[in-house]
Amino acid sequence: MAKLGKQSWTLNQRVYIQETGTSVGPKESRGPLGDSFDKSYDNLYCGEDNWEMAERKLLQDAIQITLEKAGLKQQHIDMFIAGDLLNQNVSANYTARDMDMSYLGMFGACSTSMETLAVASQLVDAGVADRILTAVCSHNATAERQFRFPTEYGNQKPATATSTATGAGCALVSREKSQIRIEGATIGKVVDFGATNAFDLGSAMVPAAYDTIKRHLSDFGRTPADYDLIVTGDLSSVGSPILKDMLRSDGINIDAVHKDCGNLLYNNDQGMLAGGSGTACSAIVTYSHLLDEMRKGTYKRILVTATGALMNPTLIRQKESIPAIAHSVVLVREEV
Amino acid sequence: MDSKFKKENYTDTAKTYYPKVPYVRNCLKAFFVGGFICLIGELLTKFYMQVFDMSQQEAGTPTVTTLILISAILTGLGIYDRIAQFAGAGSAVPVTGFANAVTSAALEYKSEGYVLGVGSNMFKLAGSVIVFGVTSAYIVGIIRYIFNQLIGG
Repeated sequence: MAKLGKQSWTLNQRVYIQETGTSVGPKESRGPLGDSFDKSYDNLYCGEDNWEMAERKLLQDAIQITLEKAGLKQQHIDMFIAGDLLNQNVSANYTARDMDMSYLGMFGACSTSMETLAVASQLVDAGVADRILTAVCSHNATAERQFRFPTEYGNQKPATATSTATGAGCALVSREKSQIRIEGATIGKVVDFGATNAFDLGSAMVPAAYDTIKRHLSDFGRTPADYDLIVTGDLSSVGSPILKDMLRSDGINIDAVHKDCGNLLYNNDQGMLAGGSGTACSAIVTYSHLLDEMRKGTYKRILVTATGALMNPTLIRQKESIPAIAHSVVLVREEV
Repeated sequence: MDSKFKKENYTDTAKTYYPKVPYVRNCLKAFFVGGFICLIGELLTKFYMQVFDMSQQEAGTPTVTTLILISAILTGLGIYDRIAQFAGAGSAVPVTGFANAVTSAALEYKSEGYVLGVGSNMFKLAGSVIVFGVTSAYIVGIIRYIFNQLIGG
């Protein structure tokens, strides 16, 4: 194990994302990245009876697609690490019922994608497991119900609000050589700058992203120029400029290399307000579009910083602020 | 770090990055959509008065009921929340907004069954309106009674 600085690590062995699978809902498939997803549904129910089932269906699809692409079966996989947005991590837990392997459920809100990937890469590196499936999912309607209002309730959302992405992303982590190598990770700490507006989670998560990115660059001894892309999970069109300005005030300029998954996912005319969010957001964009671009050679080394707002509706009503966390994983293109 | 990004100033600084709220445009949208809903109500009242020979007071109940029905159907079809995103208070304030609050909650919890799902959750949003509506009516009623007694006496 190679600890780096205070919060980071690099992997001793060469650990790869062997394959990925993504499945998405209707709005995601009509967005600019629509063609890069493996499977899409034109209805939020995804052929199921209710939205919770639809969310699990998306997760099962992403796992199935990943296994098929890798030409593997469940018995070849040692461990499943997954998470979602719902209480008790139900989508991941209930999907794990049908998986004959060790299981770790994780919750980091929308940062779970990189949390699971970072932990999986470390476990594979340590030799604890040979092949690990990491997956996350979220569904717009289940998240609306749990965190906000009934889906059909007519409240006018402000332009700062983000929209939970419907979809699931799965990655198979192993030592099998592929074009995408996991170089290391920076594990974030929980940061709370006192934001209380649940309709502006983008700016609530910026201090966490700022903290993790800054820590990452210092732990790795790098500058933004060492990356072809620094991509955040779901800081939205409100949070992204704040992050850039915040880092710039410390002399770190990421303007040229920064993108936000939530802003890549939808077209401006889709009425998605400040952009996409949700556990699936960073996963479906990274595991499809961004890895495709890496394989093409557009990016050689990218830093994926998934951001999570650790909010809870009960605590919001009790006037608590919204803590946030961000985890970064470095992905490097390898010639095969 | 620039002091405006420090924890104590952060929330205020973040607000400066918010897109401008188009208050005038929002007010106009709310005015016209709200007004349009009231216009439908007015037409319904006239309709009930003409066709069923009701007095204006009698026509009130079927008018409100019809508006509630229309709102519930539009909610079920997934249209009302889109109108609301456009109209804001224009569709929230009239009785149709209240109907939407009840219907949307009922729909949302259908998957949890009729008794523990729909039954116990359909007033999740509207319940608070009923509680405070009834309570404030009671208080105002008492004030009016006392006032009348004093003036009348």
